[in-house]
Amino acid sequence: MKIGIAGLGGLGSNVAMMLVRSGVEELVLVDFDCVEESNLNRQIYFRKHIGMKKTEACSEILKMINPDVKLELRDVRLSEKNIPEIFKDCKIVCEALDSAESKAVLAETVLSEMKDVYVVSGCGISGLSTPNTIVTTHKFGKIYVCGDGTSDDTEDMHAPRVTVCAGHQANQILRLIYGIEDEKI
Amino acid sequence: MFTVRVNGNSIEVRNGTALKEFLISSNYDISRIAVELNGEIIPKKDYDGVILKDSDSLEIVSFVGGG
Repeated sequence: MKIGIAGLGGLGSNVAMMLVRSGVEELVLVDFDCVEESNLNRQIYFRKHIGMKKTEACSEILKMINPDVKLELRDVRLSEKNIPEIFKDCKIVCEALDSAESKAVLAETVLSEMKDVYVVSGCGISGLSTPNTIVTTHKFGKIYVCGDGTSDDTEDMHAPRVTVCAGHQANQILRLIYGIEDEKI
Repeated sequence: MFTVRVNGNSIEVRNGTALKEFLISSNYDISRIAVELNGEIIPKKDYDGVILKDSDSLEIVSFVGGG
């Protein structure tokens, strides 16, 4: 099953790594950015990747886990125009973008134009407050949202809470892949 | 006046209220949300043209930055 990863920062790079470790064999990796030194506190990259396109750096790391993983690298900025084409054939799209506005565009476009596709979104990951506030919520229809829903200080992001949220997203994606129904809480 | 459900809560709305007007008056930042009305996602360009009706069910997801 092909899974799309929209954004290869703290959430997306970690989600992609967890999915490949879990046996996912086909991913579409989308990011227009290059690796910067400031990314290394929470993203999966290493010092040698600084300056490299995130799509290529992420691909290199994922292939060290599974050399046979099929990766489609898209070094572009996502918009409502290109989202349906880029994620065509994906059954699930992991939303791991930076800005609230681009998250909304991705969710709205996938949910309205790609009716059978699930969105698993990251929302609220900054700071160092307790990670116990980070939860997975089935909002409606085909969208799940992971995060605390409120923290948004993008200058104050650290590996622990970001990785907890990425774990929630990867876990929900695996649940969808395996057809596991929502738990009643 | 009539009642709509918003994320599971009942809210009173004036007759003739457009979705866009409702969202703004409820302090939603339109650029940062996705809205489902009675099971259908409503694209932002349509917010102005959708007039709310009695018993409509809205689900609104609000996004914050950080990825």
